[in-house]
Amino acid sequence: MIRRGAERVLGGLAALGLLLGLYTGFCYAPPDAVQGEVQRIMYLHVPLILVSYLAFFVVFVTSILYLARRCERHDAIAHSSAEIGVLFTALAIAAGSIWGRPTWGTWWTWDARLTTTTILLLIFIGYLMLRALVDDPSRGATFSAVLGIIGFLDVPIIHMSVVWWRTLHQPASVLRPGPSTVAPDMQVALYTNLAAFVVLYGYFLVKRVRLEEARWELSRLRMEGAA
Amino acid sequence: MSFVRRVVAIARKDLLAEWRDRESFSAMFFFAFLVLFLFHFALGGDQALIRGASSGLLWLAFTFTSVLGLARSVQGELENDCLDGLLLYPAEREAIYLGKLLGNFLVILVVELVIFPLFAVLYNMDLWSRLPKLLLIAVPGTLGFAAAGTLLSTMTAGLRAREAMLPFLLFPLTIPLILSAVKGTEVVLRGDPFELAMPWLKLMAAFDTVILVASLLTFEYLVEE
Amino acid sequence: MPGPAPAVETRRLVKWYGGYPALRGIDLCVAPGEILALFGSNGAGKTTLLRILAGRVRPTAGTARVAGFEVGKGGDRARGAIGTLAHGHQLYETLTASENLAFAAAMLGLGRASERIAQVLLRVGLEAAAGSSVRTFSSGMKRRLALAKLMLRECKVILLDEPYASLDLQATKLLEEFLMASKIGGVTTILATHNLTMGFGVADRLAILRQGRLVFEGRRDETSLEAFRSLFSLHGELGDVE
Repeated sequence: MIRRGAERVLGGLAALGLLLGLYTGFCYAPPDAVQGEVQRIMYLHVPLILVSYLAFFVVFVTSILYLARRCERHDAIAHSSAEIGVLFTALAIAAGSIWGRPTWGTWWTWDARLTTTTILLLIFIGYLMLRALVDDPSRGATFSAVLGIIGFLDVPIIHMSVVWWRTLHQPASVLRPGPSTVAPDMQVALYTNLAAFVVLYGYFLVKRVRLEEARWELSRLRMEGAA
Repeated sequence: MSFVRRVVAIARKDLLAEWRDRESFSAMFFFAFLVLFLFHFALGGDQALIRGASSGLLWLAFTFTSVLGLARSVQGELENDCLDGLLLYPAEREAIYLGKLLGNFLVILVVELVIFPLFAVLYNMDLWSRLPKLLLIAVPGTLGFAAAGTLLSTMTAGLRAREAMLPFLLFPLTIPLILSAVKGTEVVLRGDPFELAMPWLKLMAAFDTVILVASLLTFEYLVEE
Repeated sequence: MPGPAPAVETRRLVKWYGGYPALRGIDLCVAPGEILALFGSNGAGKTTLLRILAGRVRPTAGTARVAGFEVGKGGDRARGAIGTLAHGHQLYETLTASENLAFAAAMLGLGRASERIAQVLLRVGLEAAAGSSVRTFSSGMKRRLALAKLMLRECKVILLDEPYASLDLQATKLLEEFLMASKIGGVTTILATHNLTMGFGVADRLAILRQGRLVFEGRRDETSLEAFRSLFSLHGELGDVE
């Protein structure tokens, strides 16, 4: 799919981006007036969440394409993207938890966004488990595609329901700064890290898809050999 | 027209087959009773606490019991290759899905209609006077749960860890539905004006629409080999 | 190509289940009104082939045409022209014989079928057991009921998977009569079986499937049962065949 050279460039860019992100996050951006240094976790937490939503969106689109065209590549991308999405979501939740502990003294809060993200994590862990349990690869791909589509379509509904549920109990929490509500030099750090993580996602995706495609190629060769 | 007849035929067949030996019904009833009974001990025998949490407890009872029914419904088709037989007829896949959905929906609804009075008796609550409004909430909630459950049970039916996989896939997806149903039920049980339940009804309607459309479009891919 | 279009035709049909090759390129041609007997041991691919022809399984590669429709593309209408008798009897145990048939009739799109149902029950000798739950049936009776289900309407192509299994003498005779009557009616039949003697007796054409490949195909009137039996043992599969 992508040549080795381009893959290396992507990897290099990702490493560079992460270094830049670390710099802007720790040095360039000022500490938060209220929360102090701990707030810097936002430069990790927010990009991770946003990129994982991107990853699940990719799962959604490639799932539809797979059902329509039955092209193995789409399934490979869906599977890989789901894995990366689950990883990033889990890391985002962990980062959020670490952020929350010193900030409000609790490891967990039933904040709307955190709850929605956790439900998303559960849905896509289920997605990966389903794949692992189905023996026939093309059936596994079909089942996962259906789950991927429904899971993603569910997300806005989940989000709305949890938000409505929470607004009766608590106002929007501090963990919810969008890029626009944040000071300009903090925005720089945020965007840099966001870009870095998008590139990192791209790099992981390329590598993982390459592995999946090697697997498909292997079974194709076996098929021809046996015929 | 024959589409509707096939849907009805499948639902009728499911209900008839179930009524004959009542295996599924009995299992669901006893399980529901057990769950309701256990709430007493889980909440430390505090009747006031239970009444306060009643909407949530009711829906816990409904959903856990439904999972039982959903799993057994598909099992019944896997015995003797009946699902295969079903798919060999010149019937549209959508009709098969809707037929199974209708059957599952009705079975779960009947069980709910038994759980309501059971709950009222065990925890000394007046649910009878509120029943019509409770049903107004219960019907869309049950429909959405049955729709997602019919789709997912078809997926998990042949798998190794199927007893665990069905709830593990079903519950995260249906959280918005369960949440809305609980909130709506809460409104009714507190005696609040029904308009307060409207946003929750709208959410359930949104969920039901999305899940039904998505299931109808994807079911045929699930059952072909 | 002279003659009428084949009722069943496959070209380089391949089916892989995961890493396992069930069918490795099948070329088959069955003319309308012919009866093809397909032999082979377990795992040879007979059931897979029949299920692909029935439109139940999607082939990995190759094409198949049945009753004028391309398999998988003809959709629901294609399935209407095909009748099947599968391995598992596909009956609902908690329902009665009549109820099973009534359900089948509704699914087949036959309106007002109670007369037809009574007719087929009579034909297979189950009219007395019409109101009994299938759970109480012997396996022979269940097979007869499955046959009755097949008889509910006229098909262009019939696919039978191990039809002689668990049939008593009377039911076997019934099946033979049914196959002959169908043949006269122009129905094309493919039956897969272990039973060399019975299959040979009723067929126009013979074929042997081994590990997903068609290793023999020929006309019945060009060979004898003994010759065919030795041909079959040549492929080393005689062990589980009668």
